[in-house]
Amino acid sequence: MKPAPFDYLRAATTHDALDALAHSGEDARILAGGQSLMAVLNMRLAQPRVLIDISRTADLEAVRIEKDHLVVGAAATQGSVEWRASLRDEVPLLALAFPNISHFQIRNRGTVCGSIAHADPSAELPLVLSLLGGDVMLRSKKRKRTLKADDFFQGMLMTAREPDELVEAVRFPLKKAGERYGFTEFSARHGDFAMVGCAAIVTDTAIRIAVGGVADRPVVEQWPRLQGDDLRGALNDLSWKLNAQDDAHVSATYRRHLVRQLGWRVIEEAK
Amino acid sequence: MSNSSPVKLDRGQHRKIVLTLNGRERSGYCESRDLLSDFVRHELGATGTHVGCEHGVCGACTVHVDGVAARSCLMLAVQVEGRRVDTVEGLAPDQTLGDLQQAFQRHHALQCGFCTAGILMSCADYLQRVPEPTETEVREMLSGHLCRCTGYTPIVAAVLDVAARRKNKEPEHA
Repeated sequence: MKPAPFDYLRAATTHDALDALAHSGEDARILAGGQSLMAVLNMRLAQPRVLIDISRTADLEAVRIEKDHLVVGAAATQGSVEWRASLRDEVPLLALAFPNISHFQIRNRGTVCGSIAHADPSAELPLVLSLLGGDVMLRSKKRKRTLKADDFFQGMLMTAREPDELVEAVRFPLKKAGERYGFTEFSARHGDFAMVGCAAIVTDTAIRIAVGGVADRPVVEQWPRLQGDDLRGALNDLSWKLNAQDDAHVSATYRRHLVRQLGWRVIEEAK
Repeated sequence: MSNSSPVKLDRGQHRKIVLTLNGRERSGYCESRDLLSDFVRHELGATGTHVGCEHGVCGACTVHVDGVAARSCLMLAVQVEGRRVDTVEGLAPDQTLGDLQQAFQRHHALQCGFCTAGILMSCADYLQRVPEPTETEVREMLSGHLCRCTGYTPIVAAVLDVAARRKNKEPEHA
């Protein structure tokens, strides 16, 4: 199908985009990479009155290191971060996660901030941002604010973003000494939405694990460095805590099974 | 490319956009809601690009935008104003098949050919970045495309073959 009619604005600067958001607010959608939004428009699941295109907004394209964070601008594509030669040394967990996100043809245009703003509970980037304790930088004409990932994600496709706000950038904490990382997910075919995704940080004394695709947002748990049956028990408790639901593709029982299995695997991988 | 001032295109209005299609400057009129896939086919007449699912899953409509493989059904025509777009037609300048296309022919990597244009464009981009891919990498790259008749084995063979031939032909870097 084809999108329903809309007014289009190509923002040359961040201010153009913020002006348009202030003016149109709830009737407007931001078009960054469009790899989720365009599909939704084509199927007419969304029919915004105004589309604000930031894909060529030069001042939103930057990917840079700022103190101990990797800062990714709203228009920066996933590909531009994935193919960064130094990524493995900067945010190794991102390097592990990217190959699981759809396909390279999609990552060429899909943006990092777009995936965060979309807040699909099975998406990889919200999972990574939550586990690392990253931040979402929001900006409107009136104010700027920075939210922790945990405060930003509020539910299935729901975030703390106000209608006049732009996700201007997200920032991922850089690799810390002594931290080891793992990422794994299970989907029916490579590139499909994950039924369950798991990411973990393991240190000598602690395990931090995040699970996506089960609850309505990524869920993060922090444990001491559990082993063997203690770890199995903790993963089992976690699998029940997430309140898994049956859907057309996967039963709740199978989702809990995946949480236990992938949880174990991702911690082994990160050790 | 006018990146300095915003561009507004209200619903129902038409805008003349200029772009470079397969190395030639072309222009055409589009509405805000026109998809790049339809614009290339209907307005510019380049019907080599095929339209399958129209939500980014099948990969048939893959083209290059500024040299990078992308789904033309997930882009608006107005977004390519002033940019370089390459389609399957550009792989065979002078009506001669490029090496990638010849490899597909040698390996019988197509039957109906509907998905082929998109696959070729993905391969062209990918082999630029990863000139010597493993079979696993090729299969992962191809996972972004649906082929419902050939099966993927001959396609994988064609891609690996062209990579090997390019390597043998390439002179050593000085």
